[in-house]
Amino acid sequence: MRSIGLRKETALDSFLDITTVSKAYRTPQGGTVKALDDVTLRVRNNEFLTLLGPSGCGKTTLLKCIAGFEDISAGDISLEGRSLKGVPAHRRPFNTVFQNYALFPHLTVSDNVGYGLDVARVARSERNKRVDEAMTLVGLAEFGARMPSSLSGGQQQRVALARSLVLRPRVLLLDEPLSALDRKMRETMQLELKNLQHSVGITFIFVTHDQEEALAMSDRIAVLANGKVQQIGRPKDIYDEPCNEFVANFVGTSNIFRGRIVRAEAGCITMRTANGRELLAKSDRFNAGDRATLILRPEHMKLGIAGKNDGAMTGKVVQSVFVGSDMHLHVEVGLGRTALVHHRHSKGDDAETFANGAEVALHYAPEAAHLIEDTGV
Amino acid sequence: MLMLLLAPFTLVLGLFFVIPLGIIMVYSFLEPGLYGGVEWNWYPYNYGRIIGWPLNEYEEFDPIYLKIFLNSVQIALMTVIGTLVLCYPAAFWVARMTGTRKNLILFLVTLPFFANMLVRIYAWLLLLRPTGFFNTMLQSTGVIVEPLDLLFTNFSVIVGMVYILTPFMFLPIYVNVEKLDWSLVRASQDLGANPLQTFRRVILPLTAPGIIAGSLIVFIPALGNFIVPSFLGGSKVQMTGNLIERSFLQSRDWPFGAALALLIMASVVALILFQLSRQRKSDMRGGA
Repeated sequence: MRSIGLRKETALDSFLDITTVSKAYRTPQGGTVKALDDVTLRVRNNEFLTLLGPSGCGKTTLLKCIAGFEDISAGDISLEGRSLKGVPAHRRPFNTVFQNYALFPHLTVSDNVGYGLDVARVARSERNKRVDEAMTLVGLAEFGARMPSSLSGGQQQRVALARSLVLRPRVLLLDEPLSALDRKMRETMQLELKNLQHSVGITFIFVTHDQEEALAMSDRIAVLANGKVQQIGRPKDIYDEPCNEFVANFVGTSNIFRGRIVRAEAGCITMRTANGRELLAKSDRFNAGDRATLILRPEHMKLGIAGKNDGAMTGKVVQSVFVGSDMHLHVEVGLGRTALVHHRHSKGDDAETFANGAEVALHYAPEAAHLIEDTGV
Repeated sequence: MLMLLLAPFTLVLGLFFVIPLGIIMVYSFLEPGLYGGVEWNWYPYNYGRIIGWPLNEYEEFDPIYLKIFLNSVQIALMTVIGTLVLCYPAAFWVARMTGTRKNLILFLVTLPFFANMLVRIYAWLLLLRPTGFFNTMLQSTGVIVEPLDLLFTNFSVIVGMVYILTPFMFLPIYVNVEKLDWSLVRASQDLGANPLQTFRRVILPLTAPGIIAGSLIVFIPALGNFIVPSFLGGSKVQMTGNLIERSFLQSRDWPFGAALALLIMASVVALILFQLSRQRKSDMRGGA
């Protein structure tokens, strides 16, 4: 895509810093609820950062605090070293794409896109030029005279994008903008947004509860729960090395085994679970005697007898679900626990192997297992 | 089946609206009888009299009735403005409330409806007269020495009409404001508009339908009103309504009264048609 001449900054030490920010609400019963609890986050210039978490985790609240629509109770938000405390929303160099797009129904598409420029009293010729650029950027060049109510969801979303981008904000804040779209449209827009962000070089802060979306689009993901940041990192790092059980369960699916380390030699770990099973893993952070939690993704577990160095377990199939590319097997592995195994489907598979009640042997490579401290939850 | 269900309504409408209207229309072209009633002769001079055309060589051109009509329009417009100024901010205030408090306030706004209208008008008579509340307040605080002539002026009529017609302005505006999408206000702020700009560019255009509806609902009864001016205007403030009442009851000049009534009706119909045509044009443009 053609760049529209926006400034590309070199990576600065500090771009958008969110430092120990808390926000508390008073409940009608008289108590306080912390929507944000000591959140620290350093947003880098030019990055696509996603705030990911379940409903009520504080991600939208954080976005509103950055935008200036809400005040923070403690901590500070600063842009390039200058605090934004006391700066009202309409004076911050940020723009927001809202979940319901919030297009002005009484204005045409081009008047919507040009609204920010009209309000800033930009000269007519420049205003029209920039509006055309922005509409071309989002692929709506011919739609200027239409009214928002006559557009589809995806088109409205692009108008909302253009309306924000035309103002060349330092940071674009997106509040679950794709949640109102159907699946196909959403996947298309995910790619478009990612490419758009690269080509205009603006920092995007994207809020979503959809972890697949976050993994697909982001440079970095910040996982939030209960107003606290659980983990920040690149998508692969978050997926392969979740730092706690919440992240392991929220991003992708996880099989979780708890136990005590019985042997830790040269990075090779053996962990014994409550029913005597011994599971292998690789880590140099643990010693014998430690309690630990072992996380295995369903796609790491394979059917069949273990090789010499593989971790292994046995169990009984209680349910199998065919989803096309994979066979999802629910395998009872003892202690009433069920492991989820994603078995890659191939045409020659024998249905008998997956029948309910079939005994199966599972194995996995120890490197694929991820160990975290047992939080006692 | 539908015809059967509509029959009562059609009957009532026909009997109490269409037929009387027809009678009035016919009367306006008839000659007034000597002792009231009408003479069944064609008499086109009623309308001429309204615009002041002299009837015979003893009269001069005197557009007094037109002046009274224009005064009525002026008073009605002032009433619209008065109710608008009161109701518009109040509607926002109430729309932002939640729960039981909101319902209570809404109930209080419509409560005056339950009180007798004459009693409410009379209350203002007591408040505005020389020994009434306002004058004694101003005198006792030393702001004025002699009591002000508040009563029997255009001012007192407007005050009375605003008081009576406020609920009619409040409800259409309130319904409109309640449906306002506040995320649009936030979007406007996000795009850099200060509160005044947000009001002018977003809130005002989107609440305009409510304002127009309320204004019409207030203007129409205000224009033809005769109760408020007869109480609070005495004989000093003349509105077309008073003229009509006097024509039928005192002067016994029914045709003239009929012509005046039709004048008011024509103005109102013209206003409504104008507003409807504007609305249809904006609907065709594809506006929301």
